Amino acid sequence: MAMKIAKRRAMENIILASIILLAIMVLIGSQAVAQTEKVPRGGTLKMIHTEPIHLNSALGGGGSVVIPACQIFAGLLQFDVNYRPRPYLAKKWSISPDGRTYTFQLEKEATFHDGKPITSADVAFSLELVKKNHPMGELTFGAVEKVETPDPYTAIFKLRHPSPACFAAIHPYFLPILPKHIYSEGEIRKHPANIKPIGSGPFKFVEWKKGQYIILDRYENFFRQGRPYLDRIIIEFVPDAASRIIALETGATHLIPPGSIPPADIHRLEKMPHLALTKKGYEAVGIRGIVQINNRKTPLDNVKVRKAIAHSIDKNFFIESFFGLAKPATGPLRYTNPFHNPNLPQYEYNLNKANQLLDESGLKKGADGIRFNLSLSCYPGGQSGSEFLRAQLRKVGIQLTLRPPPDYATWVGRISNWDYEIDWAPVGDLMEPVLAIDLLFTSKHIKKIPWTNTMGYSNPKVDRLCAEARVELNFEKRKKLYHRVQEILMDELPVIWLIDIEIPTLYNKDFDGVPMDVWGVLNPLDTVYWRKGKVGQ
Amino acid sequence: MILDSLAWYILRRILQAVPVIIGIVILIFTLLHLAPGDPAIVYIGEAGGASEETLQEIRKEFGLDKSLSEQLFIYGKKLLTGDFGFSYFQGKPVLELILEKIWATALLVLTAMCLAVIIGVFTGVMVAQRPASSASAFITVFSLLGFAMPSFWLGIMLILAFSLYLPLFPGYGMITAGYGANFWQILKDILHHLVLPASTLGIILIGPYSRLIRASMLEVIGSDYIRTARAKGIPERKVIFKHALRNAILPILTMAGMQLGRLLAGAVLVETVFSWPGMGRLMFDGILRRDYPLIMGVMFFSSVVVIVVNLITDVLYGVLDPRIRRR
Repeated sequence: MAMKIAKRRAMENIILASIILLAIMVLIGSQAVAQTEKVPRGGTLKMIHTEPIHLNSALGGGGSVVIPACQIFAGLLQFDVNYRPRPYLAKKWSISPDGRTYTFQLEKEATFHDGKPITSADVAFSLELVKKNHPMGELTFGAVEKVETPDPYTAIFKLRHPSPACFAAIHPYFLPILPKHIYSEGEIRKHPANIKPIGSGPFKFVEWKKGQYIILDRYENFFRQGRPYLDRIIIEFVPDAASRIIALETGATHLIPPGSIPPADIHRLEKMPHLALTKKGYEAVGIRGIVQINNRKTPLDNVKVRKAIAHSIDKNFFIESFFGLAKPATGPLRYTNPFHNPNLPQYEYNLNKANQLLDESGLKKGADGIRFNLSLSCYPGGQSGSEFLRAQLRKVGIQLTLRPPPDYATWVGRISNWDYEIDWAPVGDLMEPVLAIDLLFTSKHIKKIPWTNTMGYSNPKVDRLCAEARVELNFEKRKKLYHRVQEILMDELPVIWLIDIEIPTLYNKDFDGVPMDVWGVLNPLDTVYWRKGKVGQ
Repeated sequence: MILDSLAWYILRRILQAVPVIIGIVILIFTLLHLAPGDPAIVYIGEAGGASEETLQEIRKEFGLDKSLSEQLFIYGKKLLTGDFGFSYFQGKPVLELILEKIWATALLVLTAMCLAVIIGVFTGVMVAQRPASSASAFITVFSLLGFAMPSFWLGIMLILAFSLYLPLFPGYGMITAGYGANFWQILKDILHHLVLPASTLGIILIGPYSRLIRASMLEVIGSDYIRTARAKGIPERKVIFKHALRNAILPILTMAGMQLGRLLAGAVLVETVFSWPGMGRLMFDGILRRDYPLIMGVMFFSSVVVIVVNLITDVLYGVLDPRIRRR
């Protein structure tokens, strides 16, 4: 009898606990729905940007491709303001202790825009595509030997060796998830779906009028409940900077991604009551202004000459030409990069020191005050920076002849063919030191290809340290290795790091929820909403 | 018999055009390849880099692994079959791109030219009738100012005035994205977008027409037959517009023909300022990227257009002036 009573009581407790648990779950669920329901839905966000060459970010393509592509294609993960991963298509993930296995559990409700489910086979296919075709595919995912797919919602990356860069690249920027059933047939570079994609992201492709605009509509069956909030995104192509600015002022456009507005106009536009400016975000993009030095050319092969040039440049004055939208660079990585070494020796503006180094190098001033001549090339639009550098270096007897390129094609051709002496240009950290340092400063990347080690810098110690850091799992140890690399680079100065450029986003205050994490607008815009939309729709 | 001689005239002009076009194709091809810049490098530069293998694959895909003479021969052969090649960067056949854009440029240019010719002729005739008046001085100054202004500056000023301060017209684009389902709504939207770019181009063109018709009218007004017409008591309006203008308009036709041909190749600056998706922008983007098939295709197409327009101008001369027909 006592046993029976005890059993009954146990059953009652179990039932009660289950009811309480259920109630808690309903409460949490309804809170989530209530949160979503509080955000207004509807509206069209208009953006202005450069026209892309295609819409398949698995092939690379820079911001012009990635901004629309990140709306069309989802990725496995996103990253927050502290570079921590957050769920996206992968609702859960784990990394094995040896760092050679990543296991991702996919959202089961996720579908492509044609209604077909997103499965681990699509993840495996997308990774192989990126590895083979993306400009950074080999550097980011080269360590992945295979992707196992034990079931449709589990993808297991098997790596040959640990590769922190691989995990950091699991973002739609580097690894968009493409539908295998669409892209597996035909030649990928000429695939018609590159122009009319079927994607996995919050917005589906509607129309691309060449030379005019791209229209993306809300994907109603997006797996993130209640999102996206916007009905539509329109990306318009306006090549003229003045026209872009006027469009923002009149309200004809609502958001201009960074890099599209001249710094001279940013502060004026910021004061307009209907516009908001944020400098947050894009830490992962990490744009810097550098002076690339062709280390093969005399006398630039002499480290004292390179250091003298560094001492001749007043960075603070240079920043004024950016209207304060920059900070002095302090090393090979941007100050926001988690691997940045804050303790590097700096080359302060000191003309006496510069002159001394040049004298020590045997490069005396002639009767005209000139020690030697150099040519200075620059990225298109960098003419004012070039003029500044010319004036600065003249003070220490270095005569610069400016070679401003008439267009991007000329500039990129020169750099790729090593046809320059010094060149003023922007580069990006792209979050991972493998991309910021290995690609630009290791010997195996000395190539006649843009955005590689066109400077011809080679140091076996740097090569060795980078190779070690590439496979080091422990963050602190990895950081130490890259700190050492940065010390060597700062000592040998194959490049002069001038400024870390701030990248503000200007947007209309009628909109909110603009992503401000480390990838900024290079993220899905499923959090963006129009304040005048309908709540509870 | 007149039709026969006209047909022969047209045929002769077409045959004369063939070596001209061949020469243009060879010249453009040579100049393109002499200019610095490599489309394969530009392509991978825009993509953010690539491996050496990918670079070689792209070169092969673009046909750049062949010798220049081979490339020219292949291009010429394709051109004879109407194949203008495949744009490296736009991912579409060049002819398809041209046909998409030409009508946008034609709309802009024809509207601007109509505006310019009508206003230019009207003001030129006014000035010719009363050369010493203050209205005449004003018109002369205004038309010269319009001609002297850089088109991109004028475009920006009009955008500021009529898009920002007086928001009457859109400042860029040809059509509101996603606007309008039916033909009339779309047409209305396009015309709304057309006002500012057509006005910009038109204002610049008014000056030359006005000055030309003024000079031509002054010469014609002094002729004996005009004096006779006035002596016969014909109303002055009829003297000017029926007798004098008809003879004075021929130089306008020449100028319009030459300008139309040139502008149909693309009013680049106006199209860029207003983001008007015409041939000018297409060509400009192609040049910046060294999109060889696109540049060659647009140049070839433009050459044909210029030749055809000049031919039509010459034929129209004969229609307007019977004396030329008799010759």
